Amino acid sequence: MERDGIHELTAAYALDALDPVDERVYEEHLARCASCQEELAGFRDVAAHLAYVPEGPSPPPALRERILERARQEPAGNVVPFRSRRTVVWTSAAAAVAAVVALGIGIWAASLSRDLDRERDTVALLADPARSLELSGASGRVAVGDDGEAVLAVSDLPAAPSGKSYEIWVIEGKTPRRAGLFNGRDDRDVVRLSRRVPKGSVVAVTVEPKGGVDAPTTKPIFAAQA
Amino acid sequence: MATAALLGSNGRGYRRTHVVARELAYLSDEALVALLARGEHGALAELYERFGRVAYGLARRILRDDALAEDAVQEAFLSAWRSAPRFVAERSTASTWLLTLVHRRAVDLVRREERRRGEPLHAGREGESAATDESAWLRLERERVQGALRQLPDQQREAIELAYYGGFTQSQLADRLGEPLGTIKSRMFTGLRRLRELLEEPSGEETPWSGTESTS
Repeated sequence: MERDGIHELTAAYALDALDPVDERVYEEHLARCASCQEELAGFRDVAAHLAYVPEGPSPPPALRERILERARQEPAGNVVPFRSRRTVVWTSAAAAVAAVVALGIGIWAASLSRDLDRERDTVALLADPARSLELSGASGRVAVGDDGEAVLAVSDLPAAPSGKSYEIWVIEGKTPRRAGLFNGRDDRDVVRLSRRVPKGSVVAVTVEPKGGVDAPTTKPIFAAQA
Repeated sequence: MATAALLGSNGRGYRRTHVVARELAYLSDEALVALLARGEHGALAELYERFGRVAYGLARRILRDDALAEDAVQEAFLSAWRSAPRFVAERSTASTWLLTLVHRRAVDLVRREERRRGEPLHAGREGESAATDESAWLRLERERVQGALRQLPDQQREAIELAYYGGFTQSQLADRLGEPLGTIKSRMFTGLRRLRELLEEPSGEETPWSGTESTS
């Protein structure tokens, strides 16, 4: 609680009202203080609601165009970052707390579909994998969680030829087992594997008839060693 | 299904765009940001549809200058575009995340520009309530938050409003109000806590809480 002054700074921080030095001190504290993280999540929500109060005209239509145009000019800064473990630990701790708080105060009412949860899990796994396997034969990696859950992220793979799909295999010993299908985009594919990836196995991708096959019919175009 | 749009491992170019355009209006704010993280331009446009107006209103209030407000909004949306992958891990609501970015940009700008100062910060400027084209949802939400603000003790409300809409830091506020810094800190803290409680209280009617229908 607010026994010491620093916890109280959570309010000013949520309002963007800390002086730069205080802000730095507070952020250092925040990284280690779960109760401040929790309080901050709630305060940020409150502060965001204050944004609805000012009245005024609609923004000029040109603003929308300018924003979209600028975004188009920016090459994908939107690649899921493989951040340092330290950062991830911090944000996921804050995230978990924030989620709990949001649930507690009912603001999480926007119902999240299971699809979205899955997407979040996928991104979380990519951001903080237990193991990250480099692909050989393509640029990208397989992020594997503690439980063997895995996500393949591969870039610059051309779209699969018409009537074909890329099929993912998890090969243990000499037995390849199906682990998912995808079609390939030009920039980047992120695919959650439908099968866990045990240590010592190999993840491989082949080109197969659309819909996939039970056993690979072609040589892998790329693979990763788990 | 949303799966196709979200995980999006099939469909490209025209077809993909088509699917996304049809689905965007139904997506939650959070799903939109997930698409943003995948570089979907349509998601950025939809997010702007939902929040552009609120963002602009907020930035204008803080900066008191249309051109600067546009700059702040533009920077905030582009910052959202770039940092969307991080949002997913942070699990705040998407609206809070986005409006926090807008506020931060506007406050940074106002501090750089040394603008505003000394003006009364309550209520909108004269002649601006003629915003007839805004949504009913936005009007309801504004009334709800204003109602909660009115229930705060004056000094707490003043500290929060000057900080949030005025862009003053807590030590600037202490100077301006002639109060000890500690007093300002605790007014903000106690005030925000109270405001949180007030906003959590059911309003009696259905709460406009889903946070996505800003254009309906």
